[in-house]
Amino acid sequence: MRLLLSVACAAALASTAAAAQEVKVGMLQGFTGPTESLVKPMALGGEMAIQEVSDSGLLLGGRTVVSVRGDSTCIDAAAATAAAERLVTSENVSGIVGATCSGATTAVLNNVVRPNGVVMISPSATSPALSTIEDDGYFFRTAPSDARQGQIIADILDRRGIKTAALTYTNNDYGKGLADSIQAAFEEKGGKITATTAHEDGKADYSAEVATLAAAGGEVMIVAGYLDQGGKGMIQAALDTGAFSRFVLPDGMVGESLTDHFGTALDGSIGTNPGTDSPGATMLAELSEGKDFKGDDPYVPEAYDASALLLLAMQSAGSTDSAVYKDHVMKVANAPGEKIYPGELAKALQILADGGEIDYVGGTAVELIGSGESAGSFRETEVKDGKFETVQYH
Amino acid sequence: MDIVNALALFANFVAVPATAYGAQLALGALGVTLIFGILRFANFSHGELMSFGAMATILVTWTLQDLGIGIAPFPTALLALPVGILASIAVSLATNRMVFRFYQRRRANPIVFAIVSVGVMFVMAGLIRIIIGPDDQSFADGERFLITAFEFQKATGLKEGIAIKQTQVITVVVALVVVAALFWFLRKTRAGKAMRAFSDEEDLALLSGVNPDRVVQIAWIITATLACIAGTLYGLDKTYKPFIFLQILLPIFAATIVGGIGQPVGAILGGFVIAYSEVMVTYAFKKVITYLSPTDWAPEGLVQLLSTDYKFAVSFIILVAVLLIRPTGIIRGKVI
Repeated sequence: MRLLLSVACAAALASTAAAAQEVKVGMLQGFTGPTESLVKPMALGGEMAIQEVSDSGLLLGGRTVVSVRGDSTCIDAAAATAAAERLVTSENVSGIVGATCSGATTAVLNNVVRPNGVVMISPSATSPALSTIEDDGYFFRTAPSDARQGQIIADILDRRGIKTAALTYTNNDYGKGLADSIQAAFEEKGGKITATTAHEDGKADYSAEVATLAAAGGEVMIVAGYLDQGGKGMIQAALDTGAFSRFVLPDGMVGESLTDHFGTALDGSIGTNPGTDSPGATMLAELSEGKDFKGDDPYVPEAYDASALLLLAMQSAGSTDSAVYKDHVMKVANAPGEKIYPGELAKALQILADGGEIDYVGGTAVELIGSGESAGSFRETEVKDGKFETVQYH
Repeated sequence: MDIVNALALFANFVAVPATAYGAQLALGALGVTLIFGILRFANFSHGELMSFGAMATILVTWTLQDLGIGIAPFPTALLALPVGILASIAVSLATNRMVFRFYQRRRANPIVFAIVSVGVMFVMAGLIRIIIGPDDQSFADGERFLITAFEFQKATGLKEGIAIKQTQVITVVVALVVVAALFWFLRKTRAGKAMRAFSDEEDLALLSGVNPDRVVQIAWIITATLACIAGTLYGLDKTYKPFIFLQILLPIFAATIVGGIGQPVGAILGGFVIAYSEVMVTYAFKKVITYLSPTDWAPEGLVQLLSTDYKFAVSFIILVAVLLIRPTGIIRGKVI
């Protein structure tokens, strides 16, 4: 009996010793709930970066990395907090990739990340509220805030010399948030939003809403809606009454079905949607070939980049202690330094080990701004001959 | 001072759309009022009957479009309309035979009838979603505009243009023809007279040898015809989406009650009253006032009574006001 006990003790000690060599990364994603179909490839994408780093044998002198999954759900803040608590206190993860949704992320940030001091990088929480939330420097995200698109649109209007615009948005959180950010950014640039009207999706007739905007006037009509819903109806009514002939179309409105429907009537309208001309996206898609997921699925590049940034920051700091490496996340993400694309993590680890600097580009052309969130890459398009044509990338 | 431009602006954003909308509401309200006159209950399934008629018309329209048969520059839907009307008549006679006749023979309370019609509404709504699905369907073809805002501006040299869609003109013309035919039928034909007699005093009409089953059947046939035409015109002018017909039920009932329940003339009047109020109360008069003001003065605000979010509330407000002040409606009708 005593022998057995001592063997068990020795085994336990041995496993602790092995664990000390292992770096654990928490993969805190909404595996169940509204985002479950989105999350499966995201988690695999994030784990692909972890595997790549682990296989390189270059992290902090050859330590391996494992991913520990936790289910943050999307809408249950209590479940997300409990899952994060388990990852941090019983699994002793060195950093968290997650959470998926903005609500769960906020809860985890307030209840687990700040009290315990663990770095968390979310690949997909896009709420503007997370830009200003108190995070003690532990929270980052590789997805741009929804507010970012408002600034991009304001910049585009400013550059094109458009001074007045009427604004309509689909009456939900997305539409309202986007409309607010467009209005704030545009007015900061000296532009004028003549009138703002919400529109409900699924109505037959939007002539009253358009009439209101027409009374206020404006050079363009900004339609923060959906292309197969009220947004389309608003454009139809505006074209029918001759109220507006030029439109600004944020991401929810950019799609072929819109140009197929209206054809050349939309010529001169401006569209913006997430997009990048960086080669990273294609490289990631190639890397994922033959695996269970696609590298260009929604938020997969962001998840890959989140894992990569977390581990590269550890390498740069030479420590897995969150309090130390949190200050290195921005450093490895931004210039100056050697540009790092997906699949080049080993090279990056080597450069950092040699004391060099890197500028991680990754699958989404990451550029962290403000309090540590992705600037995002947006594609500016213009409708020409009834087709969206890329003008430039922002 | 620029009265002409102010008028053009007003016409483009208020008069033209409200007139077309009013005609659509009037056709719908006529159907509701007829059923109330004969069967004495508020028919909640009327919206879905409109939807069913429009759906049948759309299906035939698609077939015709595939075959390449059309009456350009007019919409193909007009050609398909008679088939749609027949389908609506068939479905309304079938519901009458299967559901409403049972309650009519028992002389059920009007409130029972109304609830039964809610049931019919749900069954029909489900049927429509099974057949054509819940999504938007587009079936309009032919020339879209009689005159576009831009063409109008060029022709007249005004700053404001008036756009008139072909569907708006068709709506008003068809509504006029249908209403004229209906009044001729009610006033001049034997069956129409029997219907009016039955509506005024049921027992006396029965004593005079009016066949109640026949009167009820004719009422359903006329209602189905009106509903199908109203639904198709609404879909042609705006868009066809099954869910819309639940929303449009409120303004139609408001029009019926405002005009005077059981009064065909009142239904038409009510339709236009509701349509014009909805559009005018939510219209921002800023630009119109700017044109009318003697100097270049422009009002700071939008000069809008209610935000467009409250468009549907307008029919509610009018409905409540009418029920409080003059429950019989503009033209003295029955009281629910």
